[in-house]
Amino acid sequence: MLVEAGHFALALALGLSLIQFVVPLWGARANDPVLMSVAPSSALAVLGCVGFAFLALTFAYLTSDFSVLNVVENSHSTKPLIYKISGVWGNHEGSMLLWVLILCLFGAVVALARNSIPMRLQANTLAVQAAVTVAFLLFILMTSNPFRRLIPAAAEGQDLNPLLQDPGLAIHPPLLYIGYVGFSISFAFACAALIDGRIDAVWARIVRPWTLAAWCFLTLGIAMGSYWAYYELGWGGWWFWDPVENASLMPWLAGTALLHSTVVMEKRDALKVWTILLAILTFSLSLLGTFLVRSGVLTSVHSFAVDPARGTFILGILMIFIGGSLALFAWRAPLLQQGGLFAPISREGALVVNNLFLASACATVFIGTLYPLALEVLTGEKISVGAPFFNATFLPLVLPLLLLLPFGQTLAWKRGNFLGTAQRLYTIFGLAILAVLITLALTRGGPVLAPFGIGLGVYLVLGSLNEIVTRSWSRGKPLSVAWAKATGLPRSTWGTVIAHAGVGLVVLGISATAWDVESLGTLKPGERIGAGPYELRLERIVPRQEANYREDAALFRVFRNGQELGTVESMKRLYVTRGMPTTEAGILTSGLTQIYVSLGEVQPDGAMGVRLYYKPLVLLIWIGAVVMALGGALSLTDRRLRIAAPSRAKASPPVASVPAE
Amino acid sequence: MRLLLAVLAMLAFGGPVYAVQPNEVMKDPVLEQRARGISAGLRCMVCQNQSIDDSDAQLARDLRLLVRERLAAGDSDQQVRDFLVQRYGEFVLLKPTFRAHTLLLWLAPLLVLVLGGIGAVVALKRRPAARTALDEDERQRLEALLKQD
Repeated sequence: MLVEAGHFALALALGLSLIQFVVPLWGARANDPVLMSVAPSSALAVLGCVGFAFLALTFAYLTSDFSVLNVVENSHSTKPLIYKISGVWGNHEGSMLLWVLILCLFGAVVALARNSIPMRLQANTLAVQAAVTVAFLLFILMTSNPFRRLIPAAAEGQDLNPLLQDPGLAIHPPLLYIGYVGFSISFAFACAALIDGRIDAVWARIVRPWTLAAWCFLTLGIAMGSYWAYYELGWGGWWFWDPVENASLMPWLAGTALLHSTVVMEKRDALKVWTILLAILTFSLSLLGTFLVRSGVLTSVHSFAVDPARGTFILGILMIFIGGSLALFAWRAPLLQQGGLFAPISREGALVVNNLFLASACATVFIGTLYPLALEVLTGEKISVGAPFFNATFLPLVLPLLLLLPFGQTLAWKRGNFLGTAQRLYTIFGLAILAVLITLALTRGGPVLAPFGIGLGVYLVLGSLNEIVTRSWSRGKPLSVAWAKATGLPRSTWGTVIAHAGVGLVVLGISATAWDVESLGTLKPGERIGAGPYELRLERIVPRQEANYREDAALFRVFRNGQELGTVESMKRLYVTRGMPTTEAGILTSGLTQIYVSLGEVQPDGAMGVRLYYKPLVLLIWIGAVVMALGGALSLTDRRLRIAAPSRAKASPPVASVPAE
Repeated sequence: MRLLLAVLAMLAFGGPVYAVQPNEVMKDPVLEQRARGISAGLRCMVCQNQSIDDSDAQLARDLRLLVRERLAAGDSDQQVRDFLVQRYGEFVLLKPTFRAHTLLLWLAPLLVLVLGGIGAVVALKRRPAARTALDEDERQRLEALLKQD
């Protein structure tokens, strides 16, 4: 019964979002506040309905209701509770429902922020948002209904894909979707501005927090996905230039560009048309990602099921929204007034360069991902575009961007001084070169470029932090004054500094992979295998029986220079229901370095095949990404962004709204 | 990412077969290093965008052994690649060759950067230049205002 109610709630949500689409748009056109005020209330109602549907599906999973097809196909009565919950979105239908749920959630938050957004803008924005909701609700109801019944009911489910039975599934898709879908708000705001034909710094100020929030989540989502692949797949890689990964990287690159161009627009009222276009493109790339992943054009675990009807439907959605928004852009953008002049050498100029490189990098990923598809369709020729291509094209585009980053951050607005800026970075250059020399002295082997990568990372981290130093410390003044000045800097400054330092950490982590050591071997209990300064001794192999799988666990003792550090366990599992084997890597973390061991085949003589990796500083890759997201989050708490909500700030008690600075 | 592929490979071939096995490794470390380098650029054709060096599939194992066989026979890296392209087509190369049909692919990054750069310069130039001095009318108004005080 609850299942049918959930289905009905989805249909109701469709009707309500149609209202949310049409009425406010009309209201904004007729300048009728009553019609416009339909937008927020219907947005909340849609969220209620979709939320109810989501809960109904979750309930079916929790109670193992095997009369629901989706539950049968993706669940099992013995599955642990956490995977019964995360299994809701561990399949095509459920993940689309999560997508729409997050879309509605964002709509509802815009609806609730009614005091900080001008009414017309809010009405138009929510109308555009509703149009997206309508399209995807139609998609779910017509091609991917999660509430379809199975009659007669099955006695037992087919279990969730074992590789998805991991805490990663509980975290990765929601984070990623919040990022993907969050850009729909920037998109909706951009379309609303075009419909209205009006755009100014206030628009940028309203939109920036949304973009920033979506970007933070997408950053975390990508990092989480990368770490998950790293520990689950058992070969120690963390980025494969897989089309599905590229699908999430493209909106991230475009979103990063958008983030920076919005700053220019907010501060200097310039780059308006470009910012609008970027907002449209970013969400279009999110849609494209959804299409690539959901349509089964690319076969991978993310596709769950391949069904041409679904692919065609999403392609239709894609064309309507991307084509529609770009047509709207072409028609209305010339109406937008350009403002804010600046010299080529200035912060604005640097941000234009930033956008140019990010957009080119994004285009490279786009072309590399879709070119083989297009070529095969057009000429029938099959080629592969893999990691070597992207390394050869993407990296040269990112490198200059990274080199220029501390410069841009230091340049003054409007009119900057290149030499003066370079002078402020002299010390940092020196320290970076020192880092290269130290690396060269301390390490042996590895590619020639790796020490320069370390130098670049150091340059980025210190070059970012340099802004705090130059803005707070001056010769002869006591440190307490510098401290007071530093803590008094706006949080958005700190956010920028921290996020950019995070980029540096990622670069350090990636460069350090040059010194990875990999060892292969076959071990019997008592025998040892070494990699880098570490050595592992196989203690014993223990068979275990768990609720929905059985496993052989190999227990290793880890030594570093003869000293014991602890034990690490690596498993080979067999998931009984699907008869599917998996491996669980054993990972020992020591500082930022990891020892990674996974099991291979048992040899004819009874010895266990073992792959051991020594991965120095590898954790920096993901820590850097988290630091980037933290920087973004810190920027979100800046007072400047909260000024966008004047009436709300007035209404709340003054103590709570006074920032720490 | 490529979990399903790993899964498919396992389903298709019984048990998990792993990327480079201890018994595949060549005695000569220099040759082995070259073999790994070549393998990382060759696609496992039954896999999704996975190199034969990473792949668990049986086919990847066969190709890895083939690469090593050719190297042991004295082929250069390029000869090994050519041999595989001849057998399996260009699809086997993860890094496409630079030829007419991949021209756009390889040049696109540079093209976008250059065209984008030109576009940006043109767009910024086309706007009215920043005025630093006041024109006559403004100067008179300013004087009038100053006199009021």
